Amino acid sequence: MNPAIDLVFEPEALSWYEASARQRVAALVDPGSFHEAVGAEERATSPHLALFDLPEQFDDGMIVGRATLDGAPILVAAQEGRFMGGAVGEVHGAKLVGLLRAAQSLSLDVLILFDTGGVRLQEANAGETAIAEIMRALVDARRAGSRVVGLIGGRSGCYGGGGLIAACCSALVVTEQGRISVTGPEVIETNRGVEEFDARDRALVWRTMGGKHRYLMGGADVFVDDGPGAFRDAVREVLKAPGRLDLDTLDAEQARLERRLARFGAATDAVAVWSALGIADAAAVPGLSTRAFRAVATCRESADDAR
Amino acid sequence: MTLAEILAGLFRGSHDVAVTDGLILGTGRRTGGGLVHVLGIAEGAPLGIDGALILAGRVLAIARSGDDAPILMPIDSASQRMSRRDELLGLNECLAHLAKALMLAEAEGHRTLGLLYGRSAAGAFIATALATGHLVALPGAHPEVMDLPSMARVTKLSLDVLTEKARATAVFAPGLDNLVRTGAIHETWDPEKSLAEQWETCLAAPPASSDRRDRLGAERGGRPCAAAIAERVAARIADHA
Repeated sequence: MNPAIDLVFEPEALSWYEASARQRVAALVDPGSFHEAVGAEERATSPHLALFDLPEQFDDGMIVGRATLDGAPILVAAQEGRFMGGAVGEVHGAKLVGLLRAAQSLSLDVLILFDTGGVRLQEANAGETAIAEIMRALVDARRAGSRVVGLIGGRSGCYGGGGLIAACCSALVVTEQGRISVTGPEVIETNRGVEEFDARDRALVWRTMGGKHRYLMGGADVFVDDGPGAFRDAVREVLKAPGRLDLDTLDAEQARLERRLARFGAATDAVAVWSALGIADAAAVPGLSTRAFRAVATCRESADDAR
Repeated sequence: MTLAEILAGLFRGSHDVAVTDGLILGTGRRTGGGLVHVLGIAEGAPLGIDGALILAGRVLAIARSGDDAPILMPIDSASQRMSRRDELLGLNECLAHLAKALMLAEAEGHRTLGLLYGRSAAGAFIATALATGHLVALPGAHPEVMDLPSMARVTKLSLDVLTEKARATAVFAPGLDNLVRTGAIHETWDPEKSLAEQWETCLAAPPASSDRRDRLGAERGGRPCAAAIAERVAARIADHA
């Protein structure tokens, strides 16, 4: 055994999909610059999980704090998808609310590393209300000039209320594995039947909700490889844009989404949408490498200044 | 109360509100003659991409109109529409767009009042009622995050166990009282009293300068920690900035 090798932390070698929330944050921002607020040592645990005989976690699956990126101060939130699927409970949600309120008062930009199945159903009412508070705090921060960037590439995806929060961000960076959706495949199947959505058909899940489709539709702004370096470069890029939120932004978003429905509203599968976009061999998209995918994605719909 | 009874109670005969495909659209006149924009969801309809964009387009037109008339949003809906097509075409973007439009209209000077008079759930609830500046409910309203069979599938708990816990646990169980306790719903109106007067009382109060729902949740005991945690995080971040 060679301890010199065992102890080396190689952040650039991380798979974003496989990494923990803490590993992602450490690898993303300037080395050693992250300072957590209300960290695990304060044991801000869920007051509700004991009712279900479920284990608590000292950070309730949400890590928030400040850091620097290329020397500039920035706020960071990261969901831990390994704890209850990153689901939003009372404490988990309140930490993000507090961070976004601080962003507004301090005029700082925010990075949100999503990894969530949505509202934590064991504390559903608290989680649902927290989602509404997060969206309002996010909108207030953006109206005051903060940019809020969502990073999506975790194991749990970005589902339920997480999908709504993501769509309030000024920019979204996504990997192929980064699924964004409101209703998850299992819930659609439970409510509407396997004919409407076969949750076990993983290829269907990826092409309906996955990062490539979202990027092509304008539901995400940058498509990256599954590593911290790729995310960091993308964040630098999107932070060059103003990320403002005003009536002009929303008029542009209204026009963008109406155009999407007009162009693709009759499609029943992603491959038909990609064909309508002008991709010649649309069926091959899921198998394309990042480089090849970017080359065919030049005909994508963009959401610049319209999110 | 039915939508017709609510509209009669608020506007007497002075309104042109109509329901088409589950969407409420129109205007009414306040007791003193002032304009009210009315838009919402009726008949327990689900909210999908098409309906969300219609409502958002209307809200943005109001925000651009230059009047400062309030927006009343009555809600009796299902959840978000659960379908492959809605997700394929970006339901998350359409629902968030509607919520953002409501918040921007409020910032432009339009008071926004959600009026929950029937059911609502999950994403439809977040994108409409929970995105207004002040949310009231009428007795009999039934908000929920997710129906129990779907919860059973996601939590891998049996429906029997969930039904039992739903009876015992406020933070998790569907229902009006439980969402009042979390602070999500600001107040419940009394259907025996004049709705017009209760609505005028809301409008006479100065608009809230900040989101008070977490404090309400602490006062009412439905969310014991949220306000304190959010405050502590914001204070720690400011200390070190």
